[in-house]
Amino acid sequence: MSERVARTPFPFLGCWELQEMLGRRAYDERELLEHLEEVPLDSIYFHTHSVFLRERGLPGPYPNDFASWAAIQVRDRVLGEKLGIIDPHDLSDLESLRTEVVSLIDDHLSQLGAVPRVIFGEPFYFMQSRVLEIPTGVKVRTLKEFRDVLSTVDSSVVYLHVVEARGRKGRRRHDFATWVDEQLGLPELAAAMARMNPFPFGLEEVRRRLVALCDAVLAAGT
Amino acid sequence: MTARRPTLEDYRAVVPAGTVDFLRRLSERVRGRRVVNVSLSREVGGVAEILHGLVPLLEEVGVESAWETLDGDGRAAPLAARLHHALQGGEERLPEEIFEQFLAFTRARAAALELTADMVLTHDALPAGLVEVRPQEGAWVWRCHLDVSHPQRRAWTFLRQYVVKYEAAVFSLPAFAQRLPIPQFMIYPAIDPLGDKNRELSGRTVDSICERLGVPRDKPILLQVGRFDRFKDPLGVIEAYRLVKRQHDCRLVLVGSAESDDPEGVELSAEVREAAERDRDLHVLELGASARVEVNALQRAATIVLQKSTREGFGLGVAEAMWKSKPVIGGFAGGITAQIVYGVTGYTVNSVEGAAFRARQLLADPQLCTRLGQAAREHVRQNFLVTRHLGDMLALLATLVQRNA
Repeated sequence: MSERVARTPFPFLGCWELQEMLGRRAYDERELLEHLEEVPLDSIYFHTHSVFLRERGLPGPYPNDFASWAAIQVRDRVLGEKLGIIDPHDLSDLESLRTEVVSLIDDHLSQLGAVPRVIFGEPFYFMQSRVLEIPTGVKVRTLKEFRDVLSTVDSSVVYLHVVEARGRKGRRRHDFATWVDEQLGLPELAAAMARMNPFPFGLEEVRRRLVALCDAVLAAGT
Repeated sequence: MTARRPTLEDYRAVVPAGTVDFLRRLSERVRGRRVVNVSLSREVGGVAEILHGLVPLLEEVGVESAWETLDGDGRAAPLAARLHHALQGGEERLPEEIFEQFLAFTRARAAALELTADMVLTHDALPAGLVEVRPQEGAWVWRCHLDVSHPQRRAWTFLRQYVVKYEAAVFSLPAFAQRLPIPQFMIYPAIDPLGDKNRELSGRTVDSICERLGVPRDKPILLQVGRFDRFKDPLGVIEAYRLVKRQHDCRLVLVGSAESDDPEGVELSAEVREAAERDRDLHVLELGASARVEVNALQRAATIVLQKSTREGFGLGVAEAMWKSKPVIGGFAGGITAQIVYGVTGYTVNSVEGAAFRARQLLADPQLCTRLGQAAREHVRQNFLVTRHLGDMLALLATLVQRNA
């Protein structure tokens, strides 16, 4: 089965992110909340998804910028922990993600007598992401080729096909899983790949696990 | 001997795997486009250093790149310096004549420049006014390397009338920006890993340079490189070193200089030297801007690098030290916080005591030093090398060209 050849090859695309500033900043958690209600969804996306692109080799202690800011700059570790546990994969779209973040901060603030603010730290700067897709020029037709390319390509490829595909393009499952299922007829491998959640790990670990899944299928030779 | 300028291919060995091929792919989107950079000078300053690295690389990947300068003979340097000082919140109140001189200078130079391109980038204050004579075609971008977050109001109001006529502005940090009605992008500056300041040096070379500079390598070395001005806090560094010295026998090397036209800096330099006279383990080295290899060697010889600034621009010296696998203890200021990942590549601190505490901790734990240093190098590899800067410029060009189309 692992020798199957796809009718439609998989074209590996990478990406480059240009970071745009929105000119909005928050000095306390109430201001953060107010801006969150108004900023474009691309900004929500920047601070929760494309953080992977900016922390490629070195995942930070928290998986999104809101949690990092609350815990490190405001020194409100409780809010940092609450925001850190949010998993965008559990939510259907970016608007739902915004609602979840807003309601969580609102609930947190309702339990406090004073609004935590930065004293020695930095304000929160709202940004948005402009992602340019870049064809790598590499296309594969077999699982072995797929595995070999995946293990060496720029990590932005993993980001684009796994994170961006679901997070911004709204696809039901990520591109790798879809291709393995529809073109190679490997639904079990596709299901295992689709279950791979990048949010706790970072891009390199996702790549390592995806390659390991392919290796297991190739070794079984089924 | 003039060294050959590195080509993109030369960077393959030091940048993240796949980066060079990826940049070539990215460049296909803008191949044949023309970019003009306009800066004050080709010889002096950080902007010139950046463009010397970037312009040839843009050419190499197929983007026709020109570099125009406004001030080949350096006559406008004092005007630019006063304007920059005011834009960065300096106290000297600018007289109205300065603004008139700015306008006269820009208009006089504009006619001699070839400013037709798909993207024109003007760097910092003086070239900003060229937007008045822009041709209709092409995207104009104001690249601000300054921290204009707390400017003198009059200076910013004056400059802003030009800035708003651009398609976009680029800042090095969100904290450096102002509210503007045009898109604002953030692009970090970057270091050149193959330049004299950062290229690999053999252990023998490092030893011989340290010997020549009179810095023995018999004890751990704490190092700070930076102008002698209050914002770099060299006296705070000496205080921190003395706190460290109570527990760890070490040396402190302060590399810097004071501009002769800066009385406060000269005074500070004298205070630093006076402190050094009483301590054989405290070395003060006044090295000029051309001592790139010497700074490189000292950073490699150091055990810990400090950048204990209380106010800072981007502070690329931090990335330079991190590239040499050194843990950096930095002040909580400017771009230092963007470069240091707290507890992972080094530490940001808010006080003399904080700097001393972290230095003691690192000296007591060589494994921690090594671990942070390795992470620091990888962090720089991913985020602060000139190849990333090149990618950002290509992406900016692609974005603006697409929008204009």
